[in-house]
Order: sequence, then C-alpha cells, then structure tokens
Amino acid sequence: MKKTGSEIIIDTLLDEGVDTIFGYPGGSVISLFDTLYNFSDKINFYLVRHEQAAAHAADGYARSSGKTGVCIATSGPGATNLVTGLATAYMDSVPMVAITGQVASKMIGNDAFQEVNITGITYPITKHNYLVKDVKDLHRVIKEAFFIARTGRPGPVLIDVPSDVQKASCEFKKITNVEMRSYNPTIKGNIKQIQKAVQMILHAKKPIIYAGNGVIISGSQNELKEFVEKSGIPVTMTLLGLGGIPTDHPLSLSMLGMHGTAYANRAIQESDLIISVGARFDDRVTGKLDEFAPHAKIIHIDIDPTSISKSVNVDLPIVGDAKGVLKELNKIIKKCDIKNWVDYVSDLKKKYPLSYTKSDKVIKPQFVIETLYDLTKGDAIIVTEVGQHQMWTAQFYKFQKARSLLSSGGLGTMGYGFPAAMGAQVCNPDKLVVDIAGDGSTQMNIQELATVANYQIPVKVLILNNGYLGMVRQWQDLFFDKRYAGTCLGRQKNCKPVCAGPDKKCPDMIPDFKKVAEAYSVKGYRVDDPKDVKSVLKEVISIKEPVVVDFRIEQEENVLPMVPAGAPLDKMLEHGLS
Amino acid sequence: MKYLFSVLVENHAGVLARVSQLFSARGFNITSLTVGETEDSTISRMTIAVDGDERVMDQVKKQLNKLIDVIKVVDLTNVPQVERELVLLKVNATRQTRSEIIEIVDVFRSKIVHVASNELIIEAVGHMIKIDALIKMLKPYGIKELARTGQVCMARTE
Repeated sequence: MKKTGSEIIIDTLLDEGVDTIFGYPGGSVISLFDTLYNFSDKINFYLVRHEQAAAHAADGYARSSGKTGVCIATSGPGATNLVTGLATAYMDSVPMVAITGQVASKMIGNDAFQEVNITGITYPITKHNYLVKDVKDLHRVIKEAFFIARTGRPGPVLIDVPSDVQKASCEFKKITNVEMRSYNPTIKGNIKQIQKAVQMILHAKKPIIYAGNGVIISGSQNELKEFVEKSGIPVTMTLLGLGGIPTDHPLSLSMLGMHGTAYANRAIQESDLIISVGARFDDRVTGKLDEFAPHAKIIHIDIDPTSISKSVNVDLPIVGDAKGVLKELNKIIKKCDIKNWVDYVSDLKKKYPLSYTKSDKVIKPQFVIETLYDLTKGDAIIVTEVGQHQMWTAQFYKFQKARSLLSSGGLGTMGYGFPAAMGAQVCNPDKLVVDIAGDGSTQMNIQELATVANYQIPVKVLILNNGYLGMVRQWQDLFFDKRYAGTCLGRQKNCKPVCAGPDKKCPDMIPDFKKVAEAYSVKGYRVDDPKDVKSVLKEVISIKEPVVVDFRIEQEENVLPMVPAGAPLDKMLEHGLS
Repeated sequence: MKYLFSVLVENHAGVLARVSQLFSARGFNITSLTVGETEDSTISRMTIAVDGDERVMDQVKKQLNKLIDVIKVVDLTNVPQVERELVLLKVNATRQTRSEIIEIVDVFRSKIVHVASNELIIEAVGHMIKIDALIKMLKPYGIKELARTGQVCMARTE
C-alpha cells in the first residue's frame, strides 16, 4: 500500500506505541500536522507555547514512565528551540525522539527561509540523529531512532524530515525487527568480573554503594534494595539516583556531593571500596578529584563504557545493565563483616544531620519541602527547576520510590521543571505532580501556564520565591564578598549601584505570580506566613486543577552543607563561613 | 604520543562530521585523516592519526565505538602494521639542479610525474618517515607546493 511520508511517520509512531506528542507547528511540518489531525483519537497532541517546553515535556513524560517521549517542531527556530531540551535529555540519558521539519530537499543549503542545519547543530547533544532525504528510508529510520533512544544508555534521537519528504509517497511495508550492524550495546555484565567484584566486596572493611540514575533507568530499585540488605553495605545516591532506595532506609546515607549530606560525604571519603552502580563520578559528586575517596578501590557498574575511567581510575569495571548485574551479584553476595563501619556511619548520621534554623516569622524553604513530604509521604512525582530550591528538595524531601524525582542533573537547565512536570502529569494523570521552582527558573518557561490551563493539566507549581537567583547569590555571599552582581530579581532603575542584601525599602517583586497565574486562568496563591504553609499546601494538593503558589521565603537562606567548587568532599561548609 | 586508529564506518553523509567532532570537542588536532570506501561499498575506512596522551586516547577510542555509525575501531598504534602515504611535490628545478634532484628521487625510489622548464612534480609513496626525509632533501631546491594524502594503514598478521 502506498503512503505519504507524513502517514508513514504517524503509522510508525503508533507502531512504537506512541500515544502522546508535544509540539509546535510551523511551515515545514504543516503536512505532518495535517496527518496528525486525522489521528486525534489515537494520539493526544499537546500544543505547547515554546518548543523548548515541548522537549522538556517529552523528557518529563519519559523520565516519569521509562517510555520514550516524543516532540515535534518546525525547521529553523523551531528546531533550535529544541536544543536546550535535547542537551538536557542527553546529559541525563533520557529516551526521547524529536522530529523536526526541514526545508524542501532541493532548498537545503540555500539559506532558505527558516533553514538551519539542525543535524549539524545537534551532533554533540543527541545519541544519534538523521536527515531523511528519501521517503523510502523514513519508516526504517524512525524504527531505528526508537531502538537507539531506549536501548543501551538511553538518549535523545533527532529525525530531520524535509517538507517534500513528508508529502512524497512510497510503498509501505512494516519492519518488525530492527537490526543494526553498528549498534549492539552490551547489556549483560561479564560474570567473571562480577565474581571478582564479590571477592573485593567481601574483603572490604569500609565499603559503600554509590547509586546513580542508572538504577532508576534500568528499573533496578528492588535489586538494589536486595543487594544493600543482603550485603549490609551503606548506600549513598546521586541527585538523579534519589528514589533508588528509600531515603529513610536504615542503610541510606541520602545524597552525596556538593550539597549532599555531611555523613554521606564523610563516609565516602573514608571508605576503602566504592561500588558504583549506574553513576558517572560527576564533578558535583566527587569534589576535588585528586582528593576524592583517597583510600578507596572502585568497582564501576555502568552500561556505557565511556563512563568508566573517565574521571576516576576504576579498579574493576563491569560493563552492563545495572539490573542484570545486580541480579547476578545478589545470587552470590553474602553479608559483609563490617559491623564497626556500619556503626561508625550510623554515628555520622546522628552527629551531622541535615538541619536548618527554624522560624515562625519568615517561611524557611526547607520547611515548605518538609511539610510537602509530611503531606504526601513520598507518594508524588516531584519535579524541580534548577538552583537552591532543587537542592533543598533533594535534601528535605524523603524520596521513597524510583521515578519520583525529575530534575535536570547534568545540564542544570533552569526552566526544565514546569514543562517536564506537564509531561509527567500527562503520563500519570492520577498522580500528584509538583514542580518545585524558584522565582528565577519559573520565569524561564512561564508561558506554559497557557498549556496547563487549556488542557487542564493539574500540575502544582510551588515557587520558593526569594527575589534572587539564589544559588548564584549564595556563591556571591560565600566567595565574592557579598557582591550581588546581577542576581537580585527585584533590582530596579533607581536602586543604589551596590547593594549587599534586601531591606524594607526594596521595591515589590515583579511579577506578582498570583496575578500572572490568574491572568492565565490558573489558580494562584501567595503565602507569606509560616503558619499558613501547611493549610495552603493541603488545600492545593486536594485541587484537581493546575495551581501556582508563591511562597515568599527567607531571602538570604543558603543551601548547606556545601562543598566549595574545587574542594575535597570532606572540606564542607556546614554552617556557612565563620 | 602519536596514535593511529583505523575506523570502519557506515558510508553515508555526516559520518565524517561526527567523527571529527569527537576530536575537536576535546581540543585535539587530527594530524592526518584519510577516508575511502572498502571492499564493501557500504563501508568506509578512516585512518586517523592524532596526538594525545593515553588516558584521553582511551576515552576517544571508547567514544568512537559509541558512535552509532562506527562499526569497528582498531587501534594500530602499537601493532605490527604496514603504513603508507602518498605525496606530490612541486620543486624548483633549473637546468643546473634538475639532474641532482632526479638522483635524489631515484634514491628514494620515487617518480617524476611532470617536467617543465623550471619545475618538477614528484610522486613519492612510503612510510611517513621516508616522506619526511625526502621533503627534507628537496627543501634546499625550493618546494613550491606540497600535497600529502595522509597515512593509510593495515595490520600485519604474522
């Protein structure tokens, strides 16, 4: 049977089980959108208000479910607007397929209207990409794209389809099996290496498990829990590994790294064996590399060989999917004889707990997060933007389950949270989805209030509003002599040139988020008094529609503990600089 | 240290850009690169020579393998192999110097492929070291133009 390129695209998407697409139309995807229009009973299309949001929404959809997210944009600016979303997904290994329109084949290279070489631009930020110049290749390419996106170490794949290819037609025959001679990711860990690992583990006196996003992606939280409990080894998590094991598990040390817990950082520095599962020794985790865990040997389980020995030297690499490797480990692992070490680590937990100065006069951001946890008990999908609020969330929300935290860990993309929350909510209509945001990040994709209002996507946006780009302000406070250059979001024309903090004369914050929400027909709240935090949160959670809450928080609250950039993990600031 | 990789890749548009991007993204200069079809016309072979340290090259090798369009990466740096390069040289040659140059060319078992009243074009094939030596010998006469293909390489089985 003959089909047009657009029909082949939609057919192949359906074949891949796609039922949700986020996107934005334009000149070179008109025919694709026209075909999509015929399938509105099978595919829910969400019109966002900026292509970047389409990419983040597809990302949130994927992270919350493990399915592959799909977004569509037009050529030129539509395609370049996807770039940040693709880079975000690439850094955090999110399975995603982005389809972009391209100018007609014969115009490519002519600087045509809305032409950009998007495959060239996205080489370094996609797992793979395609420019399809022949309609006959379209079905195979899309099948390959999904195969590549979701297998091995997942990642985004972009398919660029010129407008004439969408209109051209050819004989259509379904491929059932995707085979690629040049792409065969290693899934199964080498059994000899696994046996060696067990020997190393049983001989260690101070072992620690360091779990990352790979645990979440491979769906191995049960296997990890079994491994932790069978061996009795304490476990710490990266930001994206949170939920890999319940934060309040007796052997959990919560998050490590720059804003990790003091006990996790101290424990890993003193350990003699690190068992890394699906983590990549990111610089925000290791601190000063030369002084990272100086006494530890390292076992590194990762599906991506390029992650191994990239920043730290690994003593025993195991290339393979975390789930399979953990299963094999669990077959032969025994209880480790490490009572002294576990007692010592438990003492560290008691000695250096996460804490903050409570207040009944001003809202403390940590208090908002704690209250949210008390009200939800971990049964929610928490999405964050990037900055202080992200770290407070990681520290004070006790994540219980995998895929309950969606956050831009690698790229650190402000503006990620709100559209990603949208995607997660669409994928999980019955779950509570909360975007914890800052006043800076919120404004980077605030236009999506229109999308959540139109489609009644009941995302809850909690803005921890301190009037600053807080994370940078914190660095200025600690390391730049309180010179708040470019970080005050309330700064106006008649402010004095140098300002070292807020006072009563400061002008009102712009915008008024409650009013902004209301302008978009979204319910808005403003909370100034700590006494109201719980009741408002309770009310907001019960509302089955989108809500924005503007929490006016302590303006100069810092995220602590903190490992200054370039310092070793055990040189933490626990109470600020004295 | 100089590293030499022989890389089998899918023979289609964009593959060269992906491969070279890996090197440039890490700030490494490719000293020589040759690409051509293999016995299978759907596969091309790239021979890449690059300077760098071991740790980085290890990473580059893995990154090359990670590229979807790369079928196989062979590190030829420390294996017995045959290495060849072709060079064309346009050299000043007057009536007085011509015979001297021809003598040098003969010693290097190279060929004169073009003669004009005041210049010669020389074709030389060989190991990079030989080519470098030839260039050094011809330099005093004045090299007007020089084109090198870059190395191609094949592992030897004993």
